[in-house]
Amino acid sequence: MGMEGIGAPVKRKEDRRFITGRGRYTDDIALKDTTFAWFVRSPHAHARIRSIDTSAARAAPGVIDVLTGADLAGDKIGGLICGWMIHSKDGSPMKAGAHPAIAAEVVKHVGDQVAVVIAETRNQARDAAELVEVDYEPLPAIVDPAKSCDAGAPQVHPEAPGNLIYNWGLGDEAAADAALARAARIVKLDVRNNRLVPNAIEPRSAIGSYDPAEEHYTLYNTSQNPHVARLVLSAFVGVAPEHKLRVIAPDVGGGFGSKIFIYPEETVCLWASRRIGGRPVKWTADRSESFLVDAHGRDHVTHAELAFDADNRILGLKVHTIANIGAYMSTFSSSVPTYLYATLLSGQYDIPAIYAEVDAVYTHTAPVDAYRGAGRPEATYVVERLMETAARELGVDPAELRRKNFIRAFPHQTPVIMAYDAGDYEASLDAALKIADYAGFAARKAEARARGKLRGIGFSCYIEACGIAPSQAVGSLGAGVGLWESAEVRVNPVGTVEVLTGCHSHGQGHETTYAQLVNERLGIPIDQISIVHGDTDKVQFGMGTYGSRSGAVGMSAVLKALEKVEAKARKIAAHLMEASEADIVIEGGELKVAGTDKTLPFFQVALAAYTAHNLPAGMEPGLKEGAFYDPTNFTFPAGTYICEVEVDPDTGKTEVCSFVAVDDFGKIINPMIVEGQVHGGVTQGLGQAMLENCVYDMETGQLLTGSFMDYAMPRASDVPSYNVTTTETVCPGNPLGMKGCGEAGAIGSPPALINAITDAIGNNDLSMPATPEAVWRACRAVA
Amino acid sequence: MTKVTMTVNGRSVSGDVEDRTLLVDFLRSSLGLTGTHVGCDTSQCGACVVHVDGRAVKSCTMLAVQAAGADVTTIEGIGTPDALHPVQEAFREHHALQCGFCTPGMIMATVDLIARKGTDLDEATVRHELDGNICRCTGYHNIVKAVLSAAEKMGGAKVAAE
Repeated sequence: MGMEGIGAPVKRKEDRRFITGRGRYTDDIALKDTTFAWFVRSPHAHARIRSIDTSAARAAPGVIDVLTGADLAGDKIGGLICGWMIHSKDGSPMKAGAHPAIAAEVVKHVGDQVAVVIAETRNQARDAAELVEVDYEPLPAIVDPAKSCDAGAPQVHPEAPGNLIYNWGLGDEAAADAALARAARIVKLDVRNNRLVPNAIEPRSAIGSYDPAEEHYTLYNTSQNPHVARLVLSAFVGVAPEHKLRVIAPDVGGGFGSKIFIYPEETVCLWASRRIGGRPVKWTADRSESFLVDAHGRDHVTHAELAFDADNRILGLKVHTIANIGAYMSTFSSSVPTYLYATLLSGQYDIPAIYAEVDAVYTHTAPVDAYRGAGRPEATYVVERLMETAARELGVDPAELRRKNFIRAFPHQTPVIMAYDAGDYEASLDAALKIADYAGFAARKAEARARGKLRGIGFSCYIEACGIAPSQAVGSLGAGVGLWESAEVRVNPVGTVEVLTGCHSHGQGHETTYAQLVNERLGIPIDQISIVHGDTDKVQFGMGTYGSRSGAVGMSAVLKALEKVEAKARKIAAHLMEASEADIVIEGGELKVAGTDKTLPFFQVALAAYTAHNLPAGMEPGLKEGAFYDPTNFTFPAGTYICEVEVDPDTGKTEVCSFVAVDDFGKIINPMIVEGQVHGGVTQGLGQAMLENCVYDMETGQLLTGSFMDYAMPRASDVPSYNVTTTETVCPGNPLGMKGCGEAGAIGSPPALINAITDAIGNNDLSMPATPEAVWRACRAVA
Repeated sequence: MTKVTMTVNGRSVSGDVEDRTLLVDFLRSSLGLTGTHVGCDTSQCGACVVHVDGRAVKSCTMLAVQAAGADVTTIEGIGTPDALHPVQEAFREHHALQCGFCTPGMIMATVDLIARKGTDLDEATVRHELDGNICRCTGYHNIVKAVLSAAEKMGGAKVAAE
């Protein structure tokens, strides 16, 4: 391992601009003659629009235009799409309702946009939006996903009778039923996976700019995947032709999934810029809007049954889940409660039979889509709460029950599609038990009891699937896109290197880790390497960053391109040094003839490639190569989390005393960055488990948690410092042996905390978030 | 419109603002100092923290006209890429930032915290004092480390100077 190569905890290259206030986020960009958009949003969860009167708004100071859904339809701008087709058990395709960028006839959730005001200043647009008169006929709303399919429930879309989008199944139901029938013990659990608001600290923002002379559009956007945005906005929404649309995602202040999706607002900014003659149109959400219209996460209602034999081995699992999709199907919403969820229900365990059934339902709430972990946290919560509950009901140690049922031989084919390629679950468990001093827990519990506190310990042995994803496989499951990644490595004549990647960094540190890979291969210092991303005019088509894919998939593409560059550089060096190509090695920024003292600095080879004065016969000049990499399988990070808490039974307040995370991420490029990803993920998971909850009024559909005053974000004093370490089994599915680390923390941590609290209080009937009130009530219920 | 004059990062600046213009909007839009960020609309997230007359202030909660005559320091004013403030250096050293959006506010709040509480800090104090700044990326673990490290270094530097 070199100082800047793979495995080194290199300080981040991108930090210097961020710590000095010189980052460049979308809202920081001030184009000449920019106008500002403000959306008029529905105050009703469900209402018919009788009429819209824009005359007073149009007459307000600074107003340039006021546009409605009728204008949008008149310009034949299409609706937003969901890009993953799911088929119901009966073979019928999912029933997706229309999703116009501005509602023209019926609003379907609070915050649904009904008009947009374009004005000279943001304040003028906002003031004028108050003057748009919308005459609504309020209609009854359905909010509770568990009641959405009831007879007589208000209907969200005529295309989806009974509000059912799909009734989907995975696995062998007969086998699961047979396992339950012959079980010595069945453990049953009803769980709710609470609805969350992603809340990246940078609110979403878009600047649409149309150049009438070139008939060309530019969109600056808070996007995790600018090429996908360009594809959807052109091919499906039809705002602009793909070759006439440039999408730039500059510095992006966190995504967590919420900035994958293609939303109405960026659609409208592009379209409105053309409508007003080409002046740029800028929109930046305020936080209240983020709460109303960013895609939310989770929101599952699940019943699960786990069957054991008399020896405490798992025989089978049967799960039924109702997944709330919200009022519209967001970009990848259909995949989250299906192929990103039910495929992980085997956990780390050898389960012979699994059957999962999922009803995806519409409600009059904001759309729900992928949020950090996306389906896998929901699966892990089901499996790991079941295992802890089972240990209690069977009267066995929760760690040992897990150990007994671990998968030990790889590859392992689960009954729910996934083929786990590598892992050592016992290694993570043992490491975590040791670090957490499990043996000393009983003494700590007794000591806490003497102080009047209830101490508990909780486990979570999670697995997830990331490195998303093999294109052919996901295509066969309904994905509308391939999930390969692209890269280009450009060596400049002076030997510096630019790497262009289709992935996008919004906090992950790619400018550093990708440079570390180049350093590892070519030996060039990382300050002579630039990583270029986030601009469809600069970078070849790529799929973006989500699903912990930028390492396993994105860097594998970079490696492929690097190998091509290296091969050509070796040929040139062999020619220049009159040696055999096979004898050339690249080391420490030089090309050397093995076994001799002949050597050429890399920059001289680069220069030779561009002067082209003396190249091997027939060789093209230049040193620049591209590659596409399509993974062969998902990757399967896994690990053990152990959480220890103390509950004050008089107040219900929970203190997280320690949190141990042992993760197997395969090969790691930069351990400092990996640990940071785990810290952040675990905090989001603990936030879900004890603080965060997105609540709508069940009758009116009003969002009750619409600001940071009402929605409890985890703050510094809510969480402890973490004890984070890794074990390693190399991932055989990609050349770098990497698995991905971006989501594990958020996937594994919620059940660890809830298992710890329920252990402490002796009551398993506790839902997320375990607020002091909820914990206090649960304490009282068993007192 | 009202004309306001104030000192920002050591320079006298003035501009015409609406009475309702927030200090953060004046800094970002009129002065182009986009290092100060807006992450919420309820004074909760702290991405907009600047110093006004030496005290940390959420600049989304102060009108530009209220800052007339004041001495304002933003993230752009405490260090440069070539000469970082010790708190900036500590954030980089300890990987206390990921997406960078909350970072300017965190750093400005930290500089204020060390000025108020001194350099002899403990973890509980730091976590309590940073409750007005929300970070969604780091889980605070490395921010706390960075704050403690910066405080220690600044304390050491002070002792050495004395």
